[in-house]
Amino acid sequence: MLWPIDLIVLTFVIFCAIAAITVRDLLGTAILFSAYSFLMCLLWAVMGAVDVAFTEASVGAGVSTVFFVAAVFRTSRRTKD
Amino acid sequence: MKFIGTVIVCLTGGLLLYGTMDLPDWGDPGSPASTHLSDYYIEHIMEQTQVPNLVTAVLADYRGYDTMFETAVVFCAGLACFLLLRDFRPKKDRYFRHVPTGVMLHFKNPDTRMIADNEFEHMDKDWVPSDMIIKTVCRILIPFIQIYALYVVAHGDFSPGGGFQGGVIFGSSLILMAISYNLKTLVKRVTEKFLSIFAALGVLIYVGLGVGAMVMGGHFLDYGMLAPLLPSDPGHIRALGMLGVEIGVGIAVMAVMVIIYVNIVSEGRHDEGL
Repeated sequence: MLWPIDLIVLTFVIFCAIAAITVRDLLGTAILFSAYSFLMCLLWAVMGAVDVAFTEASVGAGVSTVFFVAAVFRTSRRTKD
Repeated sequence: MKFIGTVIVCLTGGLLLYGTMDLPDWGDPGSPASTHLSDYYIEHIMEQTQVPNLVTAVLADYRGYDTMFETAVVFCAGLACFLLLRDFRPKKDRYFRHVPTGVMLHFKNPDTRMIADNEFEHMDKDWVPSDMIIKTVCRILIPFIQIYALYVVAHGDFSPGGGFQGGVIFGSSLILMAISYNLKTLVKRVTEKFLSIFAALGVLIYVGLGVGAMVMGGHFLDYGMLAPLLPSDPGHIRALGMLGVEIGVGIAVMAVMVIIYVNIVSEGRHDEGL
């Protein structure tokens, strides 16, 4: 199938995953998780699993990011470690 | 300690990668899932259920139990959020603003009563002037998002989507209202009682359809048995049953998403937040 798209998106997914656990700013982590979910959604769509892609886009990239941001808003923005 | 953690993570990741090498290739026609199960679904779903979207038919009918308990899990998540975070104590510091003059009042005594009317408006401690562009754009956008959510729920049989996604989108539109205006606007329009009733009602619709099928003499969640109750083509009755189930899931998920958001963002006080 469209292997260049697969490869590029997969590279970005791994990049986002590593960035999300190394960044110290928790708000940035929430946004990186959102980007990760959206790229995963692209991958699902390329693989033909449109229902899963839809769920990933609405739940992973949408609502869970809002929950993360809300939790950061009520706690601290910096990690201890 | 950090070194040990890295080693453990790398080891687990390596094992997982090693394990995936045994999985069949993507789209492999010889894999166990593609040889018996998928063939059955592809050949029989249209004549048995008349639902064009195979994924919905599998999720809501053939695997109805799974989806029912998923809905129950979502309901339990909302319940746990409520029980852990809800705080009924009134807040000590409250702020009001006199709208015509812009003077701010700071109440330190929780017993002081202050009615927010046209002259005085309640405001958050870390209040920022709300932007007119954001407010207007969100006000225009929210109805369209909600219509789209209803479309996703109603067309779960024919196109990608279904109750879960539609409910999440509807819940996000309400959350968008809380973000663009303030939390009080949302809590005033969509009360806690309303949300709790809807969260339970969604699960009740799902289980009720299953029990209804049992009352009509079939198995649990056997929608075909509901045929005498509905004035419709008997062959199409399973699609209608699935639509009812999707509506139940959508209602429950919508209510639970808003409950979780409101409880997290206001530390369970439902007064001020993002």
